[in-house]
Parts: sequence; structure tokens; C-alpha cells
Amino acid sequence: MGRFVVRRLLHAIPVLLATTFLIYALVFVLPGDPIQGLAGDRPVPPSVLAELHRRYHLDDPLVVQYAKYLGGLFTGDFGTTFRGQPVGDVIAQRWQVTVRLGLTAWFFEVVLGIALGVWAGLRKGRWADHLILGATTVVIAVPVYIVGYLAQLVLGVRLGWFPVSGGEAGWPAAYVLPGLVLASFGLAYVARLTRASLVENLRADYVRTADAKGLSRLRVVIGHTLRNSLIPVVTFLGVELGSLMAGAIVTEYIFNLPGIGQQVFQSIQLREGPTVVGITTALVLVFVLANLAVDLLYGLLDPRIRHD
Amino acid sequence: MTSPHPPGPTGDLLLPAADTDAPPQAPPASLSRDAWQQLRARPVVWACLAVIALIGLTAAAPGLFTALFTDDDGRCELARSKLGPTTGHPFGYDLQGCDYLAQVVRGSRPSLLAGVAVTAGALLVSVVLGLLAGFYGGWVDSLLSRATEVAFGLPFVLGATVILVAFPRHGLGAMTLVLVALGWSTMTRVMRSQVIAVKDADYVRAARMTGARPSRLMLRHVLPNAVTPVVVVAMLNVGNVISGEATLDFLGVGLQYPAVSWGLQLNTAQSYFLDHPHLLAFPALFLSATVLSFILLGDAVRDAYDPKLR
Repeated sequence: MGRFVVRRLLHAIPVLLATTFLIYALVFVLPGDPIQGLAGDRPVPPSVLAELHRRYHLDDPLVVQYAKYLGGLFTGDFGTTFRGQPVGDVIAQRWQVTVRLGLTAWFFEVVLGIALGVWAGLRKGRWADHLILGATTVVIAVPVYIVGYLAQLVLGVRLGWFPVSGGEAGWPAAYVLPGLVLASFGLAYVARLTRASLVENLRADYVRTADAKGLSRLRVVIGHTLRNSLIPVVTFLGVELGSLMAGAIVTEYIFNLPGIGQQVFQSIQLREGPTVVGITTALVLVFVLANLAVDLLYGLLDPRIRHD
Repeated sequence: MTSPHPPGPTGDLLLPAADTDAPPQAPPASLSRDAWQQLRARPVVWACLAVIALIGLTAAAPGLFTALFTDDDGRCELARSKLGPTTGHPFGYDLQGCDYLAQVVRGSRPSLLAGVAVTAGALLVSVVLGLLAGFYGGWVDSLLSRATEVAFGLPFVLGATVILVAFPRHGLGAMTLVLVALGWSTMTRVMRSQVIAVKDADYVRAARMTGARPSRLMLRHVLPNAVTPVVVVAMLNVGNVISGEATLDFLGVGLQYPAVSWGLQLNTAQSYFLDHPHLLAFPALFLSATVLSFILLGDAVRDAYDPKLR
């Protein structure tokens, strides 16, 4: 187990390096001078331009710039934005919003997704099952921003239940609607996965045994069947935790939430290399760690899987 | 999709066989024939095929639909900007006062092209890389697996946005390349694991013993037996690609005006949909129906090819 963790972490290092370098190189080849871009149409004095280029290592070749950036990263320095604010502070400040949004969405996926899946699985072939299957297929197919607009239009504007956009109302009021929208795809997927897995396991011999020895339906379903049925669901939910943070860009854009996705989108337009790479590194790190956690959890849930 | 000849009545001795090499009994039940039999019996498959055919027709011959369903004369008048549906113009008008039905019909082409081209490209890349990685193993496999992990670890919207902003004057071709670059990893993994499962089979060993070169082993023996699951995953993926392309257009980093696409129409609609919901409704409806059809069709194909799911 320990060796497996170490090996997985070692595997993550080249992935992180390559991903950040890729993003860094792409930001580097963006056309135009970023300092001049900040000044707009006004000409920047050559001495100021030269000083700023020196400070942000803009004249170095790509590899040298990247090496200097990495060196800073190892000492906990994420670099500074072109406005002089430490990128670490920007990430810390924006991260709260994204983590709140991601966890709210994840909560909906876990609770609603599994509940709907169990309901459909137990009512297999009846109208509740058909309804849930049909609805989840539609939700999976409709792009998330259309779901977002519909939610804004119906629940936000017409019914007035939730704030339409912005984060001023704070958690939870401002996060329920975006959280539901962000969760919609995963929620539908979790429901279908739970249903399929539950239906398959309800036919297993051990369930028939549990039924035959007179256990209540509740104990058979929750204690015996669901436990085994949730293995693929847990895998998906673990991976989802990472991709929800990264996938929040569109949701934050629609609901105007000042999270990390909105920040990275703005920074890409402003060509702020350090911010883009810093946030990407953080997101990829979360993604890789979530995948690792899933692999480890898998072994705990299913004793047949051993890591050695 | 062409229909294979229906299973003819067996033992029909009165009529001489038209073609001499037709087998006298029912055709052998291959996996693909079996899958097709399954697919043919499901109404949802036909419904999806009908929607896809209709959207394909709008992409191929948009003029046909604009001539049939609207009085559009190709002129846009700003005075009619954002007006709702009327007789003669069933979808109303867009921001520039152009007939919205004509615009929505024209918007199907980039979506379909991207969906098909990206899937074909990603399929090609993943089959080649998965074949090499699975067949040779060793350092080739290690290198390709790490590359797959990098591509897999890159969040889609983030990666695509960075690349597309880096190359501002991109058209649909460049977008296809970007979507392929971000979309090959999952299929490559599937292909690799299939190749590993197949490459030590007896028939491959036998071919190797008779002196077949690696290229022949890969192309004649491993590839045909390993490729089916990847093709199925690719089919499932078409809908996601179309959705992804529209998302990038919608965010303003994909196709740019004056291109016409559903994503761009939705991008415009976001500022006006509270007062003019038709701007949102029609492209959203077309986009969703297309994606839904591809996903349902992919699901059905996967079910048909995976006997365990029956």
C-alpha cells in the first residue's frame, strides 16, 4: 500500500511538470507585449518597459523563464501578477468561492444522485424509473450553460426563489442555484450509475440469501446491496471532486461568481502567464490527488482489489 | 449505415441461389451482425438516426430548409432586431434583424463538421498510439502512457481556452485540431488495454511463429480484434465533442463572428434571453436534440456490442 502511494505520487510529478510547461509555453507564445497591453494605447517609456521586462523575466528564453518560475514555485512563491499582487494571494482569495461552489455541487451529486438512483433501481421498469432515466438522459445531453440559463430564467427571475447571479448573498443562498447547475451533469450520471449497479446487484445470490433469511427490505437494500453497488459510484464521485473545480469555469461565468475559473478566464485574456500557470497547477494538483484518493479508496471498499 | 441482407428463409430449395457463393444456411452470427439485429429492433435508434439525418441535411443543404419554412429573402433589417416569431418567420429575428430560422439552420454545419472530424481524428490518433503502446510495451508504452496522463489531466475548457487564445485567428480547422489534442487520451487508454488483452492470444502467437513481421501482426491480427470497443467509445463521444465545440463558441474563444454557429448564437442570446427567450430557445433546442441523439445512439451501440449489459 505504502509503495503504491509513493509510486502514484512519483507518477504525478512528470504529469504536473509537463502540464504546467505546456500551459506556460502556450501563454508565452501569445502574441503582443503584455506590459504594453496593460498600458493600452499610451506609449510606455522604453526604460519602464525594460525594467518591467527584467522584473518579470520577459526577455529570457522560454525554458529559462519556466525554470525561474519553477524555482519560485518550490519555495512557495507563485509569482506576482502584472499588477504587483502575489499570485498566491489571488488564488487563496478566489479559491474559497470555487471550493464552496464545487463542494455544494458535490453535495447535490452525492445526496440527490444516489437517492434518485436508488429510487429508480428499486422501481425498475415502473414509471418512476422511466421518468428518472428519461430526465437524466436529457440533462446529460443538454449543455451546462443552457441548463444554467433555464435555471436563472425559471427559478431566479420568474419564481424569484434564488439570487440570479453574483456572490453577495453569500453561502448558501448564492450558491444553491449555481451548485445545482454545476452538479446537473454529474448528478444525472451518478443516478444512472447507481441505478444500473443496484439493479445488477439485486439479482445477486447474496441478496437472495439475505432475503431468504428474513431480513427486512431496508436492511437488504441498505446493508447488503447498496454497499456493493456504490463502488463504481464512489470512483466517479472521487474523480468528479477534481473535475468540478476545473469545470466551474462555465458556471462561474454564467452566474458571475468571482471564483478561480473566472479569474483564470480573465487572466488568459490579459495574458498573465504566472496567474494562468499557477491556477492550472493548483487545479491539476487537485485532479491528480482526487484520482489517487479514488484508487486508494477502491482498495478499502472492495477487498478483492489489492495494491502491491 | 447500410442494411445487411435480411436472413433469408433457410432450406429454400425451390429457388436456385442467385449468387453461387452465398452460404446455403443463415449467415453466421458475427458480433456486428448480432449487434445490428439488436439495434434494428429499438425505436429509439431509429428516432436518433432520423434526427441526425435531418440535422445532417440542414448542414448539407441549408437552402432547402430556408426556402421551405420561411419567407427569408437573405436581407437583414435592424428595425426587426430581436422580434419574436411571426407567420412567415417561425423563429423570429436575431440581433441583426436576420431571419432566425435561416441562421439556426446554417449553424448546424460547424457543429456537425466538428463532431465528425474531431471524432475521426481522435479515433485515428488513439488507435495508432494505443496499438504502438500496447503492442511494444516497454519504454514506448511508458512514454505514451505519461503523455496520455498529461492530456487526461488537463481540464478541457481551461486547456482549450489557453490554446485558442494563443492562436487568435483560428477557424474550424484549428478548433478541430485543438479538440483532437484534448480528446484522444481516454480512447488511447481503451485501445491500449484492448491490444494488451489481445496480443498474447494464440492466433497472434501462431502468426508470429510463422514469421509474420510486427507490422503485419499489428494490422492483420491485433487491430481487427481490438478496435471495436474504441469505435464504440468514439461514437459515444460525438455528442460530447459537439457540446464542447459549442461551449467554446459560447465562451467567446471558439469560432468568431461573422461565422455562424449555435454556440455563437447562444453567446449573443445570453444578454437578451430574459426579454427575448426565442433567441435562446431555438439554437438550444437544435443543439440539445443533436447532442441527445448522438448520445442515445452511442449508448444503444454500446449496449448492443457489450453482451454483459443485456
